[in-house]
Amino acid sequence: MTHRARQLTVSSLARVEGEGALLITVHDGQVQRAALQIYEPPRFFEAFLRGRQHTEPADITARICGICPVAYQMSACQAIEDACGVRIDGPLADLRRLLYSGEWISSHALHIYLLHAPDFLGYPDAISLAQDHRDIVERGLALKKAGNAIMELLGGRAIHPINVRLGGFYRTPSRAELAPLAERLRRALDAAVTTVRWVNSFEFPDLELDHDLLAVRQEHRYAIDRGNLHATSGLAFDVADFGAHVVEEQVPHSTALHARLDGHRYLAGPLARYTLNSGQLSATARQVAAEAGLGSECRNPFRSIVVRAVEVVYALDEALRLIAEYEPPERPFLDVPPRAGIGHGVTEAPRGLLYHRYELDADGLIRSAIIIPPTSQNQGAIEDDLRRLVAANLDLDDQRLTALCEQAIRNYDPCISCSTHFLQLTVQRR
Amino acid sequence: MSTSSLGPTLSPGPKLAIWKFTSCDGCQLTLLDCEDELLALAGQVRIAHFREASSHVLPGPYDVSLVEGSITTAEEERRIRWIREQSRVLIVIGACATSGGIQALRNFADVAEFRSLVYASPEHIDTLATSTPISAHVPVDYELRGCPIDRHQLVEVLCAFLVGRKPDLPDTSVCTECKRRGLTCVMVAEGTPCLGPVTHAGCGALCPAYRRGCFGCFGPMTAPNIPALIDQLRACGLSEVAIERAFRTFNATAPAFIDVTEVGIRVHDAPC
Repeated sequence: MTHRARQLTVSSLARVEGEGALLITVHDGQVQRAALQIYEPPRFFEAFLRGRQHTEPADITARICGICPVAYQMSACQAIEDACGVRIDGPLADLRRLLYSGEWISSHALHIYLLHAPDFLGYPDAISLAQDHRDIVERGLALKKAGNAIMELLGGRAIHPINVRLGGFYRTPSRAELAPLAERLRRALDAAVTTVRWVNSFEFPDLELDHDLLAVRQEHRYAIDRGNLHATSGLAFDVADFGAHVVEEQVPHSTALHARLDGHRYLAGPLARYTLNSGQLSATARQVAAEAGLGSECRNPFRSIVVRAVEVVYALDEALRLIAEYEPPERPFLDVPPRAGIGHGVTEAPRGLLYHRYELDADGLIRSAIIIPPTSQNQGAIEDDLRRLVAANLDLDDQRLTALCEQAIRNYDPCISCSTHFLQLTVQRR
Repeated sequence: MSTSSLGPTLSPGPKLAIWKFTSCDGCQLTLLDCEDELLALAGQVRIAHFREASSHVLPGPYDVSLVEGSITTAEEERRIRWIREQSRVLIVIGACATSGGIQALRNFADVAEFRSLVYASPEHIDTLATSTPISAHVPVDYELRGCPIDRHQLVEVLCAFLVGRKPDLPDTSVCTECKRRGLTCVMVAEGTPCLGPVTHAGCGALCPAYRRGCFGCFGPMTAPNIPALIDQLRACGLSEVAIERAFRTFNATAPAFIDVTEVGIRVHDAPC
C-alpha cells in the first residue's frame, strides 16, 4: 500500500467494558505514535474513600467495576485485614476463593463467547453468531450462568455481591446448600473443555510479545485470591513492596494512570499467570492446555482466548474441589478490630492483578487509599502491541488493519470502566 | 420518580438501544446476565446500539433506549439530550442514572481537591463538579432502581414497554419484601442497623436473607419515614456520624437521602 498520508477513524470500539479512543499515526510507513486514549470520566474512588470506616470499602470499591466486583471486594478486604493484623485462613479463605472462581468463570465466559469470539469468526456480535450457531452461544451463556450461580449462592447476587464483609461473610452456606451447585458445575466442566477445543480451532495472527510478565504466585495453587508478585524477568517481591516496584504515571491522553514495573513496561493478566504458574493448574486443565498446543508459556496475545478457556476449566475444577472439601466455619466471619496502620492486598482479577493499599487511623477511618487496576497496568503493553502490529501489517487496507487493531485490544479484555471510557480508533497515515 | 406517559404501543421489531454514561457497566451487564432470555429478546427486538456487546450500530431514532450512568462531563450533558431526541421511550437503569450514584459523593466535596488526590496533573482531567441523574437533564419515561438493577425487574420493564403496558413493579419498601419472604427482622431480632424500612423494594430483601441489614442500594422508597428510622438506628447504637455515612453511599443525592446527609440528621429532631 502506497498511502503516505491517511487518516482512519472508528467512532467507538465495541465489545470492551467501557469506552476509549486510539490514535495511530503512520508516516512514510513508520508508526509514529500508538496512543490508547481513555476518556472514561473519573469517579474519584480513592478520594471519597478517605474518612470512610474500614468496614466500607468491600461494598464501595465493588462499584468500581460491574464485571469484576469480587476482585475489588477481595483485594480491599485483604488489604484492610492486613492493616489490622488479621489473616483469613481455613474455610473462610476457601469460600472466598470459591466466590472468586465464580467471577473468573463468568467474566471469562462473557469475554470468550460474547466479546472476543465474534472477532475470530467474522461476526459483529454473539447475537449474529447465534443466528448461525445457536448451540455454541447457548453453551457460552450456560457456562457464564454456572459462574454466576456460584456468585449468587455465595454472594447473594452476581453483580456487586452483598454477602462479602471484612473478616469473611455475613452468612456461610451449609454443605447441603453447596451440593446442587456442584452438580451444575460438573456439567459446566464438560462445556468448558469443549470451549478450549473450540477456541483453539480459531486462526491466530502471529505476534510474540517481549514484555516482562507480572503475576501473583500462590504457594501450591494457581494464584487467584492471594500471594506474592513474580515477574518473568526473575523479579519477586512481597505485596507490601508493591509501591517500591510499581509506579503509576499520568499521561496526558488518558484518565487512567499508566503503571511501570521498576521503570519498564510489563503485562499482567492470563498470559502472565499462565506463563508464570501453568505448572500449578489442575490435571484436567493441564491436559486440555497440552492438547491445545500450549507449552509451559504463552506469549502470543491473540492466543489469550485459549488461556482464558483453560482458566475456566481450572476455575471449575477448583470450585468443585473447594465444595468437596468444604466444612462450614464456626462463625461466618472473624472480627477485624481497627488499628492504625497500612495494609496491602493483591489478587488476580480475571483480566490481571489488582492491588489495593489502605492507611487507617486508630479508629479504623481511612486516611488514604491507592487502587491499581489491571487495565492501567496493561495500557503500555497494549500500545506497544498495536505499534508492532501496525508496523508488521501496513500492507493491509484500512478496514482490515482497523479490525486487527480492535481485535488486538480485545486480546486484553480491557476493563476500561475500572479506570476509564470511549475507545475511538483513529489511524493517521501521512 | 419522574415518570411521564408510556407513549404509543411499539411496532413489531422495535429498535432497542443501550447507552452508557458515568458508571461501572454493571447495569448494562445485567442485560447480558439474562442468559435464559437474551437470545429470545434478540429475536423480538433489533438491538440497534449496544457497544458493550456489539460492533453493529443502527442509526436512530430508537423505540426504547436504556440508559446507564450519571452525568459528570459537559460532553455527557450534550449526549443525553441527543439520545432523548432520538428515543421514543427512555428508561434509565440503576443508581447512577436514577440518583447520581456513588460518584455523586463528589457533590459534597471540592472536586478540585478530589482531582488532585487521584491525578498528578489534574489539568488534563475533564469533569463537572457534580454527578447528576439523567432526570436532571432530560425527561425520562421510567426509572429502574438498584445498584445494580435486578435482572428479573429489567426483563419485566422491557417486556412491559415492548407490549405497551406499564411495568408491574412495587414501589414499597424492602420491609414488605422481607415480610413476604418470611424472614426474621434483623433489626428487631438482632439489633442490626437496617435501611429496609425506607429503601425502595426490588432486590427481594436480599441482605436480610443473608442476615445483613439493608444498606439502601435501591435508594429511597416513595414517601419514606426517615426520622422514625433514624431513631431506630440510634437505638441500634449507631453514632450520628455513622448514621450520616449509612445514607451517603450509592444513592446519597436522592432527594429523601440527601436531606439526611446535607441538611444534617439533627434537623429531624429540631424543636418546632
